[in-house]
Amino acid sequence: MTPENLFEDKIAKEIKIEPRDWMPEKYRQTLIRQISQHAHSEIVGMLPEGNWITRAPSLRRKVILLAKVQDEAGHGLYLYSAAETLGISRDEMYDQLHSGKAKYSSIFNYPTLSWADIGAIGWLVDGAAIMNQVPLCRSSFGPYARAMVRICKEESFHQRQGFEILLTLCRGTEAQRKMAQDAINRWWWPSIMMFGPKDDESPNTIQSMRWKIKRFSNDELRQKFVDVCAEQIKTLGLTIPDENLKWNEATQHYDFGAIDWNEFWQVVQGNGPCNKERLQARKKAWEAGAWVREAANAYAEKRKARESTQAA
Amino acid sequence: MSDSEKAGATQANGAWPLWEIFIRSRQGLDHKHVGSLHAADAQMAIENARDVYTRRMEGISIWVVESKYIHASNPTEAGALYDPADDKAYRHPTFYQLPEELKHM
Repeated sequence: MTPENLFEDKIAKEIKIEPRDWMPEKYRQTLIRQISQHAHSEIVGMLPEGNWITRAPSLRRKVILLAKVQDEAGHGLYLYSAAETLGISRDEMYDQLHSGKAKYSSIFNYPTLSWADIGAIGWLVDGAAIMNQVPLCRSSFGPYARAMVRICKEESFHQRQGFEILLTLCRGTEAQRKMAQDAINRWWWPSIMMFGPKDDESPNTIQSMRWKIKRFSNDELRQKFVDVCAEQIKTLGLTIPDENLKWNEATQHYDFGAIDWNEFWQVVQGNGPCNKERLQARKKAWEAGAWVREAANAYAEKRKARESTQAA
Repeated sequence: MSDSEKAGATQANGAWPLWEIFIRSRQGLDHKHVGSLHAADAQMAIENARDVYTRRMEGISIWVVESKYIHASNPTEAGALYDPADDKAYRHPTFYQLPEELKHM
């Protein structure tokens, strides 16, 4: 069997592809793009939520938010390591992020204006992420699938804590209910855009599904998410800001209104409300942290030298 | 071990080297490979592994090995490498046909 046949055979038999196995160059490049984008999203995703750590309304909320943001950092690290097994270095990936060459999820280019936004992010943004990520646990590339298993295990508390924030606000004063509704109004549409362009405008989807990198198309996942949320919102007693959202007996799914794809592409291209701020924050963290990386290297060398003189 | 392949290049640009992380989840179990991370030295690798891989008490012991010291078998040679074990069914207990009435064997 040629290496290519062997590869196709493994894919067909649901045998995972591992880093040293032969793989088509396009498969490698697709994975590098997807995994690094995913990693960048986890890292940039810490910024909108980090914004509220110092202003969380109670100590309980504060430790929870800290733990969640720390998880996002961890998720970014799992994914960067998975991408590195494909032959790209961590620094190259950072360069691609900082230069704007690599993308991250557009959702993180929206601002977090009130405390309720932290609830809406947990419920909707993490909810959409979970919908996307659960099938990725079965992705054909071993290191990616294993990282996703770990991430999905941790992600579930993120969504639950978000819903709990919204529920608490909804059981509070009229002003708190309004704040929760306002957050949902702003986060709903960007959340359903998270699944990416419509299937007929997503050129990579077919090949990715054939290679079993992806298991469901963007539109399939989006529909599942809408169906779930349309039910969950009832518990909150709030509304989803879409007058066309209604149950369709024939399809057994919720119909929903048209997505403003112009807004989506504007944000992807860098013109969202916070694109510049997010990238600047990442670059600043990287550049201002240079001395820490150097100092750690210097310290490691010094300690090594000390150990070798002691041994001599 | 397969996650470590591409690792191990010396970091000429000052980037911290890559380490492979192994965690023992409970006393009595083996250390198991969980992933990798960057750190300036072994001690820092252990501390980072604590933060990255054991935030929910997933481990009671951590091993770290710099990735460049991991040597792996070549998947394209798997056929020849494992071939000697292929035709030795007599190494398995099920190879032996014994009477039904025989107990505890």
